[in-house]
Amino acid sequence: MLKRVHFGPSLLPFLLVAPQIIITLVFFMWPAGQALYQSFLIEDAFGLSTEFVWFDNFKDLWNDSYYLGAFKRTAFFSFTVAALAMSTALLLAAMVDRIIKGVFTYRTLLIWPYAVAPVVAGALWVFMFDPTLGIFAYALHTVGYDWNHKLNGNQAMTLVILAATWKQVAYNFLFFVAAIQSIPKSLIEAAAIDGAGPVKRFFSIIFPLITPTMFFLLVVNIVYAFFDTFGIIHAITQGGPYKATEILVYKVWYDGAVGLDLGGSAAQSVILMAIVIVMTVVQFRYIERKVEY
Amino acid sequence: MKLSTYALSAVAAAALTGLSTTATAQTEIQWWHAMGGANGERVDKIAADFNATQSDYKVVPAYKGNYTETMTAAVAAFRANEQPHIVQVFEVGTATMMAAKGAVYPITELMADANKDFDQSVYLPAVVSYYQTSDGDLLSMPFNSSTPVLWYNKDAFEKAGIGAPPKTWDELNAAAQKLLDSGMTCGYSFGWQSWVMIENYGAWHNLPMGTEENGFAGLDTEFTFNNEAVVNRLQSIADSQASGLFKYGGRRGDSLSLFTSGECGMWMNSSAYYGSIKDQAKFTFGQTMLPLDTDVADAAQNSIIGGATLWVLRGHDQGDYAGVADFMNYLSTPEVQAWWHQETGYVPITTAASTLSAEQGFYDANPGTDTAIKELSLNAPTPNSRGLRFGNFVQVRDIINEEMEALWAGKATAQQAMDTAVERGNALLRKFESANN
Repeated sequence: MLKRVHFGPSLLPFLLVAPQIIITLVFFMWPAGQALYQSFLIEDAFGLSTEFVWFDNFKDLWNDSYYLGAFKRTAFFSFTVAALAMSTALLLAAMVDRIIKGVFTYRTLLIWPYAVAPVVAGALWVFMFDPTLGIFAYALHTVGYDWNHKLNGNQAMTLVILAATWKQVAYNFLFFVAAIQSIPKSLIEAAAIDGAGPVKRFFSIIFPLITPTMFFLLVVNIVYAFFDTFGIIHAITQGGPYKATEILVYKVWYDGAVGLDLGGSAAQSVILMAIVIVMTVVQFRYIERKVEY
Repeated sequence: MKLSTYALSAVAAAALTGLSTTATAQTEIQWWHAMGGANGERVDKIAADFNATQSDYKVVPAYKGNYTETMTAAVAAFRANEQPHIVQVFEVGTATMMAAKGAVYPITELMADANKDFDQSVYLPAVVSYYQTSDGDLLSMPFNSSTPVLWYNKDAFEKAGIGAPPKTWDELNAAAQKLLDSGMTCGYSFGWQSWVMIENYGAWHNLPMGTEENGFAGLDTEFTFNNEAVVNRLQSIADSQASGLFKYGGRRGDSLSLFTSGECGMWMNSSAYYGSIKDQAKFTFGQTMLPLDTDVADAAQNSIIGGATLWVLRGHDQGDYAGVADFMNYLSTPEVQAWWHQETGYVPITTAASTLSAEQGFYDANPGTDTAIKELSLNAPTPNSRGLRFGNFVQVRDIINEEMEALWAGKATAQQAMDTAVERGNALLRKFESANN
């Protein structure tokens, strides 16, 4: 029951947290404030004429069927990437846990893709699946499947999902391996003695015990799919064909950097910011209440 | 010992810095451009050559990424008051730059303010008309301009028994069929589809792409490219995909590999792909004029350009602009232009430069390389073939790309695709109109 402060007033703690606070202010609060302000303006590209329009930019978005389309697409893309990346990683982690020899090699190889920059990952997949030159496109063609992601929206979406998933599996794998390893061996051994097979042991013991990690990864993965996949999409499809792979973050960039519509672009990033804030709040509430460490 | 060497070098360095500051009493002129790779080296050479001709100014070129990135960088720099003197902007950014009246310094005005001789009549009309005001004042200096041509695989033509390259769409389809009969899997393809199949198709057949003289006469322009001629042609192309006559290979120059790998026998795209095709194609190739749609017109009008111009941005010392004017004049000299044209496949911007190239025997040694100039100067440009001036056109091009992709994918008919493109494009035109009024 410590109710009184035991240290005298001192400048030191403030000095110690100052760098963190300054960084947050300069690199987060200030740009976020700018975006918020910009979202209320209609401005020409050069900033020569500026008009304060309150929520007009947001109203325009609400009436833009392509924006709503991008919303649905983002939801589909993000949940698919998160689900695929997590299930693949969990499967690999469960397998690696059972390997006796060469564990280190497997782990290292599986973690590699995480070190690849998104744009580089995108370029890699573009080369493999190029309808004219790509080796996979060629292989698909020989078995009679016509691959052309430059024209077929579903194929384009499949390709960006694959590329985005491939890159994220490594990260998830790392966390799952750590989570599985932290489970006391005695629990698993006891279950084995009771006659539970590997599958039964996984679902009855391992799976429930790694749920905190899973929830953490779910949030991280969705945030990844929302934002960090920009480079992959930019390198593979540029949002095409026919907007089939244009997710929200890509549209923010496109409308701002290509369309030079700064107000509309800022309004979109404010909405994105709101989504992240909501997701983070949900994460913390959930973790505080439901997950036992 | 060590200390004294150090001191000595410090003194030397100080002396050198002193020297170099006196040497750079030169005014630096920043030039942001979007020419990567080999063309970037050529840009550096032009700047270095200009710097060697005089000692007052030093042009400093800087590569800022692709066209879109360069333009965005310049816009952002202007907002931060850090703009370069000269920025290279692609032709579809023209309306955006024009509308920024306080930001850009029109070439005619720049030349007059700097008291430099400037004769606009030496420039090719089809090139400069894209960048003139309705009063005939030049807004930006044409730098790299090209126009679409029909590239063809001479070896494949010979094998298929095609005598002369096609002149009309009917002949093009017949040639494509012969190529298929000879064992190829694809007749033809094209890139930059909005530019080639809508913008230039219109100009070539003297059809407007939009009202108000394609936007030259006013911001209240509306698109009209969903006309019968365009729709019929596109529908026929889409239908011919099934037999392999036409194959879509992606936006911009993505379909280049279809041509250079020998898969498609013909390819319509910019004359500036000359260098790339020469590097990549393992067959002999030729270029000829775009095909004529005999259902639409009896004779071709003229094609319009693509590429980029150099815009001068305001906000620097007035003295700097005399140097910018000198540099612009240097760029337009026949020698510089002829060299640039022959190296890159971009068209020369002055008549003198193309005459010089002819005198140097370039066209005799490289048959077909004058196709682009011939197309551009086929006839005096009409309001339909002078160029385009639509706001937000960068995005409009992407809209056209998307709708055409829907057509190629069989999700829409040509009529539906063009109607939607016009509708979406008009919405952007209205947005531009309201932001610039």
